[in-house]
Amino acid sequence: MEAGIFTRIAQLCRAREERLSERWRALVSASLGGRVPETQVDKEQREILDVLLTALALGAGRDIEAEPYAELRALLMELSRSRAQQGFSPRETAISVFALKGAVLDVFDQDGDAEAFREFVAFSQLIDELALLTFETYARAREEVISSQAEQLLELATPVVKVWDGVLALPLVGTLGSARAQVVMEKLLQTLVDTGSEHAIIDITGVPAVDTQVAQHLLKTVMAARLMGAECIISGIRPQIAQTIVALGIEFGDIATKGTLADALVLAISRTGVSVGGDLTKRGR
Amino acid sequence: MTRRELPINDDGDVVRVRQLVRSVAVDARLSLVEQTKLVTAASELARNTLTYGGGGAATVEHITNGTKSGVRAIFRDKGPGIADLDLALTDGYTSGKGLGLGLGGARRLVDEFSVESSPGSGTTVTVTKWAR
Repeated sequence: MEAGIFTRIAQLCRAREERLSERWRALVSASLGGRVPETQVDKEQREILDVLLTALALGAGRDIEAEPYAELRALLMELSRSRAQQGFSPRETAISVFALKGAVLDVFDQDGDAEAFREFVAFSQLIDELALLTFETYARAREEVISSQAEQLLELATPVVKVWDGVLALPLVGTLGSARAQVVMEKLLQTLVDTGSEHAIIDITGVPAVDTQVAQHLLKTVMAARLMGAECIISGIRPQIAQTIVALGIEFGDIATKGTLADALVLAISRTGVSVGGDLTKRGR
Repeated sequence: MTRRELPINDDGDVVRVRQLVRSVAVDARLSLVEQTKLVTAASELARNTLTYGGGGAATVEHITNGTKSGVRAIFRDKGPGIADLDLALTDGYTSGKGLGLGLGGARRLVDEFSVESSPGSGTTVTVTKWAR
């Protein structure tokens, strides 16, 4: 344990705390471009500085994982997490810590002595470590944001709409992975029950490629709906998708398929027993 | 010619491989049908790499042969390998839970197809699709 290696720095900085924090705030505010109110930056930094100097004065060493730095770590992690959520760049987040180096150096330029500069080398490494910590926290916070957005997307991207009395439509858009396929199937089956519908149209116009996995998910969904007494029609099969499905050897068996959603709707409505007039069958051509 | 490699370690990687293959296929001037066929084959093979090979990597490149332009994609894994290739290529056969159409289907979707595999040493599948 290298006790007291920052004694001189802690002393000097404590004595000039006001000037140091002003200088620090100026450096950081410039890089944040006024997106965080200066009073808030000031408050955050005074707190961080106070905690840091207290730890240094207590003889904390280089190891930022050590006990004296626990409070400082918590503060920095909180800061970078909130920066990440507010959409600041990693650079803007890490600069908050890095700028302290410059601020301390500015103070030393006026009042520093040999001892202080000797300590500054180790202090510089300490600041680097602390900045890396904010960076890691930042990355983790962004990942959390991304994964929660992915979950929201999973929900959002699967609307089941009622297009006719007893007819539901499920327009699929994007990649149909296992997780989404499961959500889609559950939502369709539940909506069939809730609305008492007996017909569903699954439209795959927005699905870029139909491979065996997508096909398998579609087949399972159709089978499950069938067990509940509902018939599905798969629509939106474009020419290139049709050729690919044939080459792959996928068979849709007796499941009705249509090129367009309009054709599928006509078929579904006629299945409900409503006679579809000539005008209706010709629409959309 | 440009050559790009992507790891295949989760479902997201399969999607990325598919997107890369599509963008290279557009550069190589493949028609929409050819693009779709190649992308679907790549999707099958990348998923095989993930599911049966335990992960691996894909290399995609735009190639030319005289005046012909095309795309070559190579899928490698260090998994258990394929013991009986003829059986694996048979439609409807699967050692997992799929439809059993992926490998054989992928062969029908491309112009050139080759598999190198032996038990214990992993599998490499190379496919090529030419623009007409």
